Amino acid sequence: MNNSLVELNNCGVFRNQKWLVRGVSLKVSQGEIVTLIGPNGSGKSTTAKMSLDILKPDEGTNTIKKDIRISYVPQKISIDWSLPLRSIDFVNLVTKHKTSEINDALGITGIQHLINEDVRNLSGGEFQRLLMARAIAKEPHFLVLDEPVQGVDYSGEIALYKTIQEIVKKINCGILLISHNLHVVMSQTDYVICLNGHVCCSGIPSSVIKDQEYIKLFGSNIDPTLSLYKHNHDHHHLPDGSIKEADKNK
Amino acid sequence: MFDDFIIRAFVAGIGLALITGPLGCFIIWRRLSYFGDTIAHSALLGVVIAYAMNFNLIIAVFAVSCFIALSLLFLQKRTNLPDDALLGLLAHSVLAIGLVLLGILSFIRIDLMGLLFGDILSVNITDVLFVWVGGSIVLIVLILIWRPLFAATVNLELAKAEGLNADLANAIFTILIASVIAISIKIVGILLITGLLIIPAAASRNLSSTPIQMAIISSVIGLVSVVLGLQTSMIWNSPTGPTILAITLGVFILSLIPLKKLLISKKKIELSN
Repeated sequence: MNNSLVELNNCGVFRNQKWLVRGVSLKVSQGEIVTLIGPNGSGKSTTAKMSLDILKPDEGTNTIKKDIRISYVPQKISIDWSLPLRSIDFVNLVTKHKTSEINDALGITGIQHLINEDVRNLSGGEFQRLLMARAIAKEPHFLVLDEPVQGVDYSGEIALYKTIQEIVKKINCGILLISHNLHVVMSQTDYVICLNGHVCCSGIPSSVIKDQEYIKLFGSNIDPTLSLYKHNHDHHHLPDGSIKEADKNK
Repeated sequence: MFDDFIIRAFVAGIGLALITGPLGCFIIWRRLSYFGDTIAHSALLGVVIAYAMNFNLIIAVFAVSCFIALSLLFLQKRTNLPDDALLGLLAHSVLAIGLVLLGILSFIRIDLMGLLFGDILSVNITDVLFVWVGGSIVLIVLILIWRPLFAATVNLELAKAEGLNADLANAIFTILIASVIAISIKIVGILLITGLLIIPAAASRNLSSTPIQMAIISSVIGLVSVVLGLQTSMIWNSPTGPTILAITLGVFILSLIPLKKLLISKKKIELSN
C-alpha cells in the first residue's frame, strides 16, 4: 500500500434530507500538512470527522491506516462546571503520560506553568494551547486540528503555527488542519482544499512574501509563517448553496 | 454477628455508600440526575413482576432497569426529542404500566412505603450479600472502564476519534446505574436513591480539585452519612432512609463553606497586621 495515513475517496454525509458535504477526496501522508478552508457550514468539520471515523460517510469510503496513533483537537470543547479538572488531568485524558512527557508537551505550547491549574481558570488562548499540548503529548502519527487558532490574536496565531511546524519537524506526523481564513494559510502547508459543500478547488499555496499584490496590500513585513492561497473556482454558489455552473454557456 | 439487624443495616448501608460515591460523580458530570430518577421510577414494574412471578426482587428490578436504559439509548438514536423529554416519557409510562399491572394482579400486596422509601432495618443476609458482591463487581467494572468513560464524559468525539470505545463504555455505565438502583431498592427505596447518588457527589465537588479525589471524597461523605443517619434514626426513632439523606444534605451545606478562602484571607489579615 502507499504511505498515506488517511484517505477519503469521494465521501459524502447525508443528514436531515440534505448533503452536508459530498464528493470529497483527500489524502494525508506522513510529514504532510493538508489545510481545509471554506466558509461557515461548508463541511470542513464534517470532513475532518470522516477522516477520524467519528462520522461514517453515507457515500464513498474512508480509509485509515491500521494501528496509528491519532490526536484530535476539536473545534469546541466546553468543560462542565461540575468537573474538577486540572491541565495535567486533561493531558492524561485518553493516554496516561509520564510527568516529563507532559512537561515537554506543555513546554512546547508555552503553558508549562499552568500544569496544576484548574482548566476552567484558563483563558481561551491558554485552553487552545492546552488542547494542542494534549494532542502532541501522544506523539501522534495523524493529527487533526479543527480551527486551532480560533480566539487567538494575530501574534498568538503565528506562534501557534510555528508550534505546529515544530511538531511536524519533531514527530513527523501527518496533519489535517482546518482554517476559517479563506486566503491566508500556514506556509508549511503542502496542499490546500477549499470546501463549500463539495471541493471547490484545491492546490498548492503561494508564498506571501513573493506575492506582489499582497505586499502592496500589507507591506513587506508580513510574517513568513503565513502563505496566500489563490482560489481557482470554475463555478458560483447561489445564496441557497446550490451551484451555478460558470461554464454553463459552453 | 450478622444476626443483629442493626449490624446488617450498617454493613449494607456502608457498602451501598461506597458504590454510589463514584457512580454519583459520573451522574453529575454527565448531567444524568434525571436518568437515575427514571430508572428508579420504572423499578416499580420490576417489583410487581418479581412479586407476580415469585422471583428475586433485585434481579427483576435489575432486568427492567437495564431494559429501560437500553430503550433510552435506542430512542436517543431514533428520535429528535431532547433527552429530558425521552426520560419523562419512559419514567412515567413505565411507572403507569407498573401500577396497572399491580391493579390487575390483585393478589399482590406490596408495602408501598417500603418500596418508595426503603427499609434498611429489614435487610436480610441475602440483601447484604447482594450489596457487597454486586457492589464489588460494579466498582471493578467502573475502574476498568474509567478511562474511556471519563474521556467520553469530557468530550465524546475526542474519545472516539482517538480510538477509545466510548459507545461501549456508555452502555456499560447505564447498566451499572441500573444495577446500583436494583441493589439499593430495599435500602433507601426508589424515591431516595437518586439523592444518595447525587448529594454526596455534589458536596464532594466543593471539596475536590481532581476527578479521582471527587469520587473518593464522595464515597467517604456517603459512608459518614449512612453511619450518622442510622444512629440518628435510632435515637430519634425516625425513618432511616430519609434520615440518611437529610444528613447528606447537612454535609453538602457544610461543604459550601469556602475553607480555603477563609484560611487565605485570615493569613492576609495576619500579614497586614
